[in-house]
Amino acid sequence: MAAGRRTLAPQISGLAMAKTILEMRGITKTFPGVKALQDVNLDVREGEIHAIVGENGAGKSTLMKVLSGVYPYGSYEGEIHFAGQECRFNGIHDSERVGIVIIHQELALVPLLSITENLFLGNEQAKFGVIDWHSARSRAKKLLARVGLNENPDTLITNIGVGKQQLVEIAKALSKEVRLLILDEPTASLSEKDSHALLDLLLEFKRQGMTAILISHKLNEVKKVADRVTVIRDGRTIETMDRDDVSEDRIITSMVGRTMEDRYPTRTPKIGETIFEVKDWVVHHPLHPDRQIIKGINLSVRKGEVVGIAGLMGAGRTEFAMSVFGRSYGTKVSGEVLVHGKPADTTTVEKAVAAGLAYATEDRKTYGLNLIDHIKHNVTIANLSGVSSRAGVIDDMGELKVAKDFRKRTNIRSSSVYQVTGNLSGGNQQKVVLSKWLFSDPDVLILDEPTRGIDVGAKYEIYTIINKLADEGKGILVISSEMPELLGICDRIYVLNEGRIVGELAGHEASQEKIMRAIVRGEEKAAS
Amino acid sequence: MTTETAAPTEAAPARQSMRDALKENLRQYGLVLALLIIMVFFQVMTSGILFLPVNLTNVVLQNSYIIVMALGMLLVIVAGHIDLSVGSVAGFVGAVAAVLMVDYGLNPLLAAIVCIAVGGVIGGAQGYFIAYMKIPSFIVTLAGMLVFKGLLLALLGGRSVGPFPTEFQMLSAGFIPDVIGRWTIVAPALNASGTAIPNTGIVLHSTTMLIGVLIVLGMFYAATRSRRAQESHGHETEPFGLFAIKNAIMAAIIMFLMYKFASYRGLPNVLIVMGILTALFVFITKRMTFGRRIFAMGGNIKAAALSGIKTERLTFYVFVIMGMLAALAGLIYAARLNQATPKAGAGMELDVIAAVFVGGASAMGGVGEVAGAVIGAFIMGVMNNGMGIMGINIDWQQVIKGLVLLGAVAFDLYNKKKA
Ligand SMILES: Nc1ncnc2c1ncn2[C@@H]1O[C@H](COP(=O)(O)OP(=O)(O)OP(=O)(O)O)[C@@H](O)[C@H]1O
Ligand SMILES: [Mg+2]
Repeated sequence: MAAGRRTLAPQISGLAMAKTILEMRGITKTFPGVKALQDVNLDVREGEIHAIVGENGAGKSTLMKVLSGVYPYGSYEGEIHFAGQECRFNGIHDSERVGIVIIHQELALVPLLSITENLFLGNEQAKFGVIDWHSARSRAKKLLARVGLNENPDTLITNIGVGKQQLVEIAKALSKEVRLLILDEPTASLSEKDSHALLDLLLEFKRQGMTAILISHKLNEVKKVADRVTVIRDGRTIETMDRDDVSEDRIITSMVGRTMEDRYPTRTPKIGETIFEVKDWVVHHPLHPDRQIIKGINLSVRKGEVVGIAGLMGAGRTEFAMSVFGRSYGTKVSGEVLVHGKPADTTTVEKAVAAGLAYATEDRKTYGLNLIDHIKHNVTIANLSGVSSRAGVIDDMGELKVAKDFRKRTNIRSSSVYQVTGNLSGGNQQKVVLSKWLFSDPDVLILDEPTRGIDVGAKYEIYTIINKLADEGKGILVISSEMPELLGICDRIYVLNEGRIVGELAGHEASQEKIMRAIVRGEEKAAS
Repeated sequence: MTTETAAPTEAAPARQSMRDALKENLRQYGLVLALLIIMVFFQVMTSGILFLPVNLTNVVLQNSYIIVMALGMLLVIVAGHIDLSVGSVAGFVGAVAAVLMVDYGLNPLLAAIVCIAVGGVIGGAQGYFIAYMKIPSFIVTLAGMLVFKGLLLALLGGRSVGPFPTEFQMLSAGFIPDVIGRWTIVAPALNASGTAIPNTGIVLHSTTMLIGVLIVLGMFYAATRSRRAQESHGHETEPFGLFAIKNAIMAAIIMFLMYKFASYRGLPNVLIVMGILTALFVFITKRMTFGRRIFAMGGNIKAAALSGIKTERLTFYVFVIMGMLAALAGLIYAARLNQATPKAGAGMELDVIAAVFVGGASAMGGVGEVAGAVIGAFIMGVMNNGMGIMGINIDWQQVIKGLVLLGAVAFDLYNKKKA
């Protein structure tokens, strides 16, 4: 009750200022075994960018799903007032009718349809059910111009990068009459450059009078664009702070419920001999075999070393890692992989795992998890022999113990190890993927965007795990788009650009600027 | 309530609440319950014929080949595929068996082994196109359905081939021998000439009763052991009362059925085959890495492949197994009719697929249970049998079965959504 009164206060005192456009009062939402939201209050003023932050599984996405009618009226408790009216949405169509449009954490585009088709999906430009492609295309062009996307509207979604896909999502939102735009971690899978572009776009919309709610784990972004910030922890609203009060430290303290001294755990590296080496690695595009994607990469990782791969989105980092790991990407792959100094056969995933490699994917939904199965089965699937007899009989209790251990070790928030992974929050799904590969006990661990969509507290935990693995004598290769992260944890950093290594920096001498300079130099060289 | 969303802690040994446990069990045993209700319904509608020992034995014999195929089809469907060819393959293999045994006089056991190998090869061939050539299983097995239906006709040339050697007929018509001897509880009434009048007195096939007792004891042992193991590891267990009642009910059902079989001619041979295969497949899906990988593949084939699972080989094996089971089903069917006919197997694939879906498998792959498929087959089988006794026309039987399939799956989905 006290919380309710507190959020009402600004509305009264703020009459002179912008008026409140959205008010959510006492929202409670329960899933079987989990109370995801408990008496949550949120008020958003007209024309502001309101950020929502909180740990993985805090309930941010759930709150937005309640607001947008994904969870219909009656499946939650509490009230929603939008533009002065109480709203009882029965589905996403109802909320869109009043101007609330959500862009979900996971992109919802149909890969094999064109940009235009995706833009008007479910909202086709039709007369009597017959689609008018001419007007659709010209409207599509206008929308793309508004988000600053310079692409042919007939291009298929699969053929454009994630950054541009995100812009298409936004254009799609704009095609409806938006009054309140909700973005759930829109920059999680974007490069720094694309993220900036997107945030600038958001500021531009704000100038045009649009209200937005932004969910993000990237606190610097929040600081950059948000007028106010609401913190959610364990399904409750902790506080809402004004722009002037916002500092990263304050947000973190309020998010995790304690102060965090450092973002990165300290470590004294004990580096040994080379355990992983890739020589002259060349990979071609799977569909256009004459296009080289990886153009002769040489790199090495030593025992106890954390090595980073920096680069822009599309530099070929994931493609490189996946092609090394059992030829999971590309055709006409050539080059050599050495593990412990001896040539290793990594032509299939099974052989790569046997050779001591592990690759934790960046795309957990498509490549990482069996979403309809529970945590326990997902954790052990890459190393079933670790919980079964020679004859292939699984030791139930042993498996359960493993799953429980990892749930604790990586701090997975779930009702139990029997929670279906499809129901976990984004960040906790990531932890399941990590657990799976930790359990396979590799010598060399390739982590592709290991902290994408993960909150600061959990990030720290994951860095700690990485450090511990390195101290145990494993070699770690981290691919990340977040440069501060690479600078914070790596002993050495390779810079990759357009399929080539364009720089190698020792951890202590690396800086964001040097990495960017290497990329730019690489681009100049490629151009000349 | 917040403890559940808070950071995980080491769970103390806990007991589920009675309500949660009941709810969970209802979902788990819902199918068994549905089968029982349907059986009781037809028992009433057929004025007591359904539960007659001779009729229950008949239900088993009539459905044995469907159940054998449903085991394989479950794997196929969980793997994310479908097999439309199983009926044709069963019919074709039955014909091969007839030609080998009747026309060429081959030893029945040898012929059976050859037939099952043929089934394996057929499954492997289809599996090759599906797994390695990446042609959708729907198309490959649709082609297979046409091909083997045609080959069946070509092989038999329009005639029916039979009868089979007696040893082979025993597969479907035989009963386990009563090694202990008959057990007379109430002597049957004698007629004037001194022979027993059927359906009077209680004379039991004691070996069957003994097997029943052994099964029940085995079940109790396994249940207590797993409960102990869970407790000693500090996992949640259901309330003891519920545990005891549940096992007692299952035991009662088993003994009741055994008693029914024992008062006719004992357990049919084919029921033993079915029982062993079912147990084997339950074990494979629940406890073996092979089964686990099939579920993982059906749930997300890309993630499975990136976890080091050889998805192509696994798919291939699943179809080989399906082919072998279709062959076995073909043998059982042929032995039951005591001849191979050009129409054998026609439409069987539909019953098999329906059984698996009624049993709760998902058409998207990754979800399904062996026990569910078997019970699903019995649900359809009991309905066939009951409606047949009631004299409902075959056309209306089809309509009703179709609606039951749709209703069962809709109900299942509705329940899952609510959860
Ligand atoms: N359909 C569901 N069934 C059961 N539990 C669910 C379901 N959806 C969400 N949850 C649970 O509700 C809680 C809140 O999840 P939510 O997705 O809102 O978190 P979040 O704050 O968006 O986290 P993240 O930053 O990781 O995306 C989690 O504990 C999650 O496991
Ligand atoms: Mg979320």
